Amino acid sequence: MSDTDFRLKGSVVTTVVLEVRCLNVEQIVQGLKEKIAQVPQFFNQAPLIVDFCACESVSYESFDQLIGRCRELGLAVMGWRAPESGIPSWRTDALLPMLPNASNRKLNIKSEESAPATDPHVVIKTVVEERDVSQPTKLITKPVRSGQQIYAPGDLIVVSQVSAGAEVLAEGNIHIYGALRGRALAGIKGDTQARIFCRSMEAELVSVAGNFMLSDALQNIIWKDTAQVLLVDDALEIVSL
Amino acid sequence: MAKIIVVTSGKGGVGKTTSSAAIGTGLALKGHKTVIIDFDVGLRNLDLIMGCERRVVYDFVNVINKEATLSQTLIKDKRTKNLSILPASQTRDKDALTPEGVEAVLNELSEQFDYIVCDSPAGIEKGAQMALYFADVAIVVTNPEVSSVRDSDRILGILQSKSRRAEKGDSPIEEHLLLTRYNPERVSDGEMLSVEDVEEILAIPLLGVIPESEAVLKASNQGTPVILDNQAEAGLAYSDAVDRLLGEERPLRFIDVQKKGFFKRLLGG
Repeated sequence: MSDTDFRLKGSVVTTVVLEVRCLNVEQIVQGLKEKIAQVPQFFNQAPLIVDFCACESVSYESFDQLIGRCRELGLAVMGWRAPESGIPSWRTDALLPMLPNASNRKLNIKSEESAPATDPHVVIKTVVEERDVSQPTKLITKPVRSGQQIYAPGDLIVVSQVSAGAEVLAEGNIHIYGALRGRALAGIKGDTQARIFCRSMEAELVSVAGNFMLSDALQNIIWKDTAQVLLVDDALEIVSL
Repeated sequence: MAKIIVVTSGKGGVGKTTSSAAIGTGLALKGHKTVIIDFDVGLRNLDLIMGCERRVVYDFVNVINKEATLSQTLIKDKRTKNLSILPASQTRDKDALTPEGVEAVLNELSEQFDYIVCDSPAGIEKGAQMALYFADVAIVVTNPEVSSVRDSDRILGILQSKSRRAEKGDSPIEEHLLLTRYNPERVSDGEMLSVEDVEEILAIPLLGVIPESEAVLKASNQGTPVILDNQAEAGLAYSDAVDRLLGEERPLRFIDVQKKGFFKRLLGG
């Protein structure tokens, strides 16, 4: 057998988690329908984990019914989490992978509960699974010229300039050790912790997790100076380095 | 093996053909066997600038299609020894240039010449890409204004990604910036980008700065490369650029505002 035939890799996958608080299938489905109607493209065949952590106990019938209804709604159910109270006896009948309960999730649930929830039956959250697997950093040593586009699945480092009319995109952070005159988009898969750093801010556009700012607005904040761009409470902040 | 130099810019009207003619002539004056190829198929201009339009019989496309041999097609310059011109076809379009055909012609020229200067058409489409594909050295001609600088930046990206050297992973094309139509007075008035501004944006070494000069238009209309006019600042600036291309050190000239003398002011010169 040759080593080159295949490779086993760890990978980070962003999924939607359906946290079930109260197992009332009809109410959950109704709530889901409303959420899906708001952003149908986002939910179309979206990988979904059904999380029963917060439930006291789950019967196989209601489990099967909920999974079936989720699939009817166009969600790709890829696994489930058992209630904290104990793994159900019908576990092997489920024919779906049972995922381990994330230990750090309890805290999140509590903080969520203190906030007034719009729908107590359904909470949809996007979480990044397997946090410890990191993507390699992409390194660019030459100027990124007008018309060129660079995409990095992790962080991106440009040891030169990004010209006007060029575009750099990264799922993680973007570091530019020269002038940023083009467009820089960090956290394009939704990472709100991503940041953009540059030696001279002259950008046409900067964006973190879809929140963007254009050159006109940037000129009033920081221009032709070192800058970092980060997201604070869903608002873009540009601060000096 | 000849060194292949492409003179390119992205934007039209910045002085590619004028610069190709001047630099090609300058190299020949220095004793190097040089040929200038007009890649602007369909918009043949180089022959006019070189003043050999009446001597064009066959053209580049004829050679590619093997309808004529190189020796039948090459026009030997009457003023400058060591210099030949390969004119473009006026009746065809850029599709007549095939990579195999261009490569075969360049290989044949390589055996006879030291330098092959490729005068690129404007734009970033096939004609321009053919002109730069086989290049070892690129001279990027830029005017001191934002749109020209932006287009030059674009063409630098193409040089890095779509040239033969880039595709084969060889050492990258040697890039030089040639700033043309430079007017120091308008720069000091803030109407034009300065040498430093353009260098900062493009981040490639400067080969020369050619001042805006009436001598350039006059030379073009007379069919004489401006480098042969050693009274004109533009001609001298091109000579300096050729020297720098050959690895010599030359200080930059004609980039500062000149104070007008008493008589000039009096006479309104």
